[in-house]
Amino acid sequence: MPPESHVLSDDQLARNFAEIAPALTADAALLEANTCLFCYDAPCTIACPTHIDVPAFIKKIASGNLRGAARVILDANPFGHSCARACPVEVLCEGACVLNARDEQPIRIALLQRHATDNVLERHIRLFEPGPPNGKKVAIVGGGPAGLSCARDLRRRGYAVTVFEAKDKPGGLNTYGIAEYKMTPAVALAEVQDILDLGVELKLGVAIGRDVPVERLLADYDAVFIAIGLGRTRALGIPGEDQSGVVDALAFIERLKTHPYSETRVGRRVVVVGAGNTAIDAVTQAKRLGAEWATIVYRRGPADMSSFHYEQELAKTDGCEFRFHCRPTRILGNGQVAGLEVETPQGTEVIACDMVITALGQEALGGFALPTDNPKVFAGGDFANGGAEIVNAAAEGVGAAKRIHEMLTVGDGRRR
Amino acid sequence: MADLSTTFAGIKSPNPFWLASGPPTNTYGQVARAFDLGWGGAVWKTVGEPIINVFSRYGSADLGTTRMMGFNNIELITDRPVADNLREIALVKRNYPRHAVIVSLMVESKRETWHEMVRRTEDTGADGIELNFGCPHGMSERGMGSAVGQVPDYTCQIVEWVKEVAQLPVIVKLTPNVTDITYIARAAVKGGADALSLINTINSIVGVDLDSFAPYPAVAGKSSHGGYCGPAVKPIALHLVSAVAGDPAVQVPISAIGGISTWRDAAEFVALGAGSLQVCTAVMHYGFRIIEDLMDGLETWMDERGHRTLAEVRGRALPNVVKWEDLDLNYHLVAEIDQAKCIQCELCWTACEDGAHQAIRRHPRGNGGPVVEIIDEACVGCNLCSQVCPVQECITMRQVPNDFGAVNWKAYAAGLGKLAPRSEHFHTASWESNV
Repeated sequence: MPPESHVLSDDQLARNFAEIAPALTADAALLEANTCLFCYDAPCTIACPTHIDVPAFIKKIASGNLRGAARVILDANPFGHSCARACPVEVLCEGACVLNARDEQPIRIALLQRHATDNVLERHIRLFEPGPPNGKKVAIVGGGPAGLSCARDLRRRGYAVTVFEAKDKPGGLNTYGIAEYKMTPAVALAEVQDILDLGVELKLGVAIGRDVPVERLLADYDAVFIAIGLGRTRALGIPGEDQSGVVDALAFIERLKTHPYSETRVGRRVVVVGAGNTAIDAVTQAKRLGAEWATIVYRRGPADMSSFHYEQELAKTDGCEFRFHCRPTRILGNGQVAGLEVETPQGTEVIACDMVITALGQEALGGFALPTDNPKVFAGGDFANGGAEIVNAAAEGVGAAKRIHEMLTVGDGRRR
Repeated sequence: MADLSTTFAGIKSPNPFWLASGPPTNTYGQVARAFDLGWGGAVWKTVGEPIINVFSRYGSADLGTTRMMGFNNIELITDRPVADNLREIALVKRNYPRHAVIVSLMVESKRETWHEMVRRTEDTGADGIELNFGCPHGMSERGMGSAVGQVPDYTCQIVEWVKEVAQLPVIVKLTPNVTDITYIARAAVKGGADALSLINTINSIVGVDLDSFAPYPAVAGKSSHGGYCGPAVKPIALHLVSAVAGDPAVQVPISAIGGISTWRDAAEFVALGAGSLQVCTAVMHYGFRIIEDLMDGLETWMDERGHRTLAEVRGRALPNVVKWEDLDLNYHLVAEIDQAKCIQCELCWTACEDGAHQAIRRHPRGNGGPVVEIIDEACVGCNLCSQVCPVQECITMRQVPNDFGAVNWKAYAAGLGKLAPRSEHFHTASWESNV
């Protein structure tokens, strides 16, 4: 347990974790929607992994058909709510917007998408119905965006769907892993609830492999979709890693998202090892929790960072530092972290710190075998793609539902 | 520096911009404030026997987030006593002697009533009289406004009555709610009108509330047709001004009204023959301060083009308004896309493909090359692509010269002149194969 940081007031913490991109007002949304050119064969739609018909939904916002706009979004992407908050739109739809070339700034697609989807989420407007029961059952392993996207589309096609989730809440990293200032667990869970309301059976606290043998699923269900995500953050593999004050980035983020902010301990001087998007989320949130000083430590150079540029800018704006070409070699301390020894081109150096957050990416979940080569078994999400965005998980879940449906309807004349 | 001073049917004003008769010219305070800000003249809100208005009076036709692209009203003429109006008109004229003050009048169709009203008006010292034969709502149900202006004989008759006593120039304000405005214009001139003003508002229902099913502007769940104006009506007004200005049987000064919001609008009306310019909706939207750019923009344009006076501009576009049958059939254009400016929205493609002549070729995105390309041999030079293109100067129309002389329909139909080879490209094959 690291020593307690100087404690910020609850008010200050609430401000630090307030939404980074607040919702548009109705007037602002209308203005923005009317600026959209309504491109043909629009690059934004092409850029979206779920291929939301962006001009179509924006045109509907402009015409006052807010519910229709949400239907277009959520029809293509069951996680349209959270993608509106957490998608890296700068490298997807907004990055592709043709107005980058004319006005030097794109349509604020994410905020418009949020405007449309918030409306249905807040009013509990039900946009989709389950299909007529077709007598077939599908098991989904993992209740994150990939699994639940697959579940929703299978329910719409009339399948009985059971989702097995190892944790005690559904949503996966949407619930536990999105930077708090982008999306709270409450929003993530409300979005999940809309999907569950279609009649998805959810079994929480059930780890397939541990509690239920995979073979049982194969016997009981017509198809199985595996979307279990990834496992723990990779260890640094250096001496001193077992001391108090060394925290896994995802565990750190999950802790702060599931407890009052003041109950998550943060060091005074925090070092985050890694330079991916999770590392950025960790360093910014450490700073926002009250760390006096926080830095990224990365063994390679600025151009090698896998995090998005605008995420790095956010960390810089928060006052976080970046130390490049630093290879951690040892965590110093006497049971409690006191510093990180790094090797730099100039030689060995010690960065004084009382907290080390590791963010080297997640390991694959291990300890059990999955029959992914069985034709009845499909896979998607981080488990299958090695770790990507919500929108990729959603696209893979939607795609899996389509493929499962095709597989199960071949020969009975209902293939679509 | 361009000289904007204006003399219109003998009425002098420091510039051609007059406030049109309407809500902005209802009181001394408004007109005085407008003159202080630079307006050249004002046509007082129509004076007559005071009326009673309803409470919901104006309706807006919005386009996206653009408010009041079109505007309509069911307000009637002044609701103030005649004496109050005339007293304030006299006061304005006394305090602003250099500005044009014109009084709009509307009374019941009796000779003596008109005589009486004209005499009282002239006592104010005003510079002119405008006869409101145009309002299409409310007053027309009582036999006034457009009820007069829609019948040439009534128009002529009342102008004659007015001219029997009027010493001041008489301007007749025309309604556009007729099949051919030149018939009314000629009748007004026949009756002795010194000038014409047009257009008054266009009959309209501006929208319907989809919850209550009440048309706008709603009065206790109901509405009535009202007068439509604002930027949306400018093209209609331009046409009607040109029709009257180009009519050899008219030949009196024309004060243009109808959606004038910018100096460009003003210059276009002058080019089509307007001698003065009346503005109402733009002031109701943004206030009197818009006069600054109306004048500054017009002066700047005139200076840049070397036009010293408005007289040098007036009617310059009129000879170019011809019948369709006089247009040259051998003047060929083709669209040209500046690929360096193209932002690849493909609006031109979908417009041409679905809405015009299938003359744009589309290439897959992401190949580094252009995504849209004009098919020159299919392009009929219709302009549509250049009009939907959201980037300035990206799609332009280029003239394609040919060795054939000009030939218009009249000549061609008479067997004179030859047509140059032209694009003939119709995508009917797939339709035919599916029949």
